[in-house]
Amino acid sequence: MAAEKTTQNKRVLEVKNLKLHYLTSQGAVKAVDDISFCLNKGETLGIVGESGCGKTTTAVALMMMPSPPGKIVGGQILIEGKDIVPLTETQIRKQIRWEKISMVFQGAMNCLTPVYTIGKQMMETLREHREMSKEEAIARIEKYLAYVGLSKEVLKRYPHELSGGMKQRIVIAMALFLEPKIVLCDEPTTALDVVVQAQIINLLKDLKQQLDLSFIFITHDLATEAEVSDRLMVMYGGKIAEIGTNEQLYGKQGPMHPYTQRLLKATPLLHEKVEELAFIPGRPPDLLKPPAGCKFHDRCNVVMDRCKVDEPDLQEVEPDHFVACWRCRES
Amino acid sequence: MSENIFEVKNLQKWFPVRRSMTDVLKNRLSYVKAVDGVTFNIRRGEIFGLVGESGCGKTTTGKILMKLLEPTGGQMILDGQEVTHITAERLRKYRREVQMIFQDPYASMNPRFRIRDVLEEPLLIHKVGEDHQARLQMVAKALSEVRLQPPEEYMERFPHMLSGGQRQRAATARSLILNPKFIVADEPVSMIDLSTRAEILHMMKLVQRELQLTYLYITHDLSTARYFTDTIAVMYLGRIVEMGDPDDVIDHPRHPYTMALISAVCEPVSGKVNRIKDVPIKGEVPSAQNIPQGCRFHPRCVYAKDECRNEKEPELEIVEGRHLVACRRYKEI
Repeated sequence: MAAEKTTQNKRVLEVKNLKLHYLTSQGAVKAVDDISFCLNKGETLGIVGESGCGKTTTAVALMMMPSPPGKIVGGQILIEGKDIVPLTETQIRKQIRWEKISMVFQGAMNCLTPVYTIGKQMMETLREHREMSKEEAIARIEKYLAYVGLSKEVLKRYPHELSGGMKQRIVIAMALFLEPKIVLCDEPTTALDVVVQAQIINLLKDLKQQLDLSFIFITHDLATEAEVSDRLMVMYGGKIAEIGTNEQLYGKQGPMHPYTQRLLKATPLLHEKVEELAFIPGRPPDLLKPPAGCKFHDRCNVVMDRCKVDEPDLQEVEPDHFVACWRCRES
Repeated sequence: MSENIFEVKNLQKWFPVRRSMTDVLKNRLSYVKAVDGVTFNIRRGEIFGLVGESGCGKTTTGKILMKLLEPTGGQMILDGQEVTHITAERLRKYRREVQMIFQDPYASMNPRFRIRDVLEEPLLIHKVGEDHQARLQMVAKALSEVRLQPPEEYMERFPHMLSGGQRQRAATARSLILNPKFIVADEPVSMIDLSTRAEILHMMKLVQRELQLTYLYITHDLSTARYFTDTIAVMYLGRIVEMGDPDDVIDHPRHPYTMALISAVCEPVSGKVNRIKDVPIKGEVPSAQNIPQGCRFHPRCVYAKDECRNEKEPELEIVEGRHLVACRRYKEI
């Protein structure tokens, strides 16, 4: 089992054989298909892949809020050892979502309602979850605003009066003030400018230390992941292609899976002049009718006969490094 | 033929802001100075990159060059001809000479048109081609130029039947079909997946070389700009602060703003996880309605001194060869 061996540390989250399918009239779209991984205490796990590879769907499954026709059709999500999949919606809302695990969505601008002041929206969320007097709530909100580097002045403002970076900070504060230990970040910096992006990344690193958090950081950008993630999980076509540590994937040896290798080559480097950037021809598989065998075989440059019929499972090639590829197993 | 296909001199675009009653009574006018004195030359056959954060005026500059916005001041010269203010008749010709590739290929195509209709539309508008058959041939040629092979197959498809990359290829074909001299590409790959981004840029570069086109490439992404362009101009609050060959600007930046931008870029190498990144810049971008006195970057600059605050705004000056910088203290820092 992929996840099992990695751990001497304490696991805060464990996912076993999770499947989330979109049950459409044309059949099941296997957006997340039988994936297993874990998140250790105090670490950041990165999830990368192209659009449609299942990375956001994975996050949605962890928050237990698949939108119809999506449905979790199998597997377990263990938070502190307890499976949350069988829980009812009320139990999830009271005990799990935003309490134990929270999420920072892509495009913070769209997460805040334009007609309420920041203070009102933060207050509403907080008092919905906690029985608190107004004064206590304000004290809590101000404390968390300080964590994300904002003054309490912003409470009186409306979202349109704030910059993108400030809105993202507010959304982060809101994801944190119920004191969850696991925070999912879905492309939290993609819509931001580079300078602001660097500031938000610094902020997340800082908060991780201060508040003892564990992060799952989702993006399509391998360069950003290199800066934030202790471990990295590469997804392709609803499956895990490779899991490795930051050092294993970005270090000298580099990734093992041909998909990760080519994705990394397609990432432009600022300080290296290249004549031609590499790219991956073709397009991601149609998950309604996924190809037989390895899902990457029709775009792979080192494809073998076996890849077209047999699907490889995730196997450990060295400590903490798992790859789902027949070619890697040969050498 | 002159060496420069486009010359832009001291270009300005000020948007008036709605005034309150007191402003009207006191006869006070206020403007958002989106573009505030931009000067550059684009050489024939080059890819000119305009880089900057959101709100720096790069898209506004692109729109002025496209003649979608009228400039408030300054001068524009296309291929030796003054085009700052032109008649409606000249504008029709201008639209054939200058074309645009938009950021979002989903939004820039009519979903009810087949690809052949999307591409035929500009030909019909400009009355190019003798009959439908001749126009279809031109459509097929443009599609093969962007390597949508075989063109016959793609012509019959609707935009939603193409992948993001293919759709951006079709959009490029549409901009090529009128044989323009100059193409403005505003963030053409920012909506496209990383794995196909390089493919689109590669295709655009091939087409540019084959047809000897000139591009204005507008982007916020320094890494692709380095790979893709022949000249980079860095904009900040409506002005160019540094300009030159990509290698010079990125490997030896001289303006503190460029330095900060470069240090903020993420790179896929190991060993950075536990480090807080040092980005030498303060605060946030001020509003373009309220541009700081002196050097407009001084409130955010970590090297700023009194002279930067009090003296006149620095102009672009030559560092070496084609490398220009607008900073009073670039030699010291």
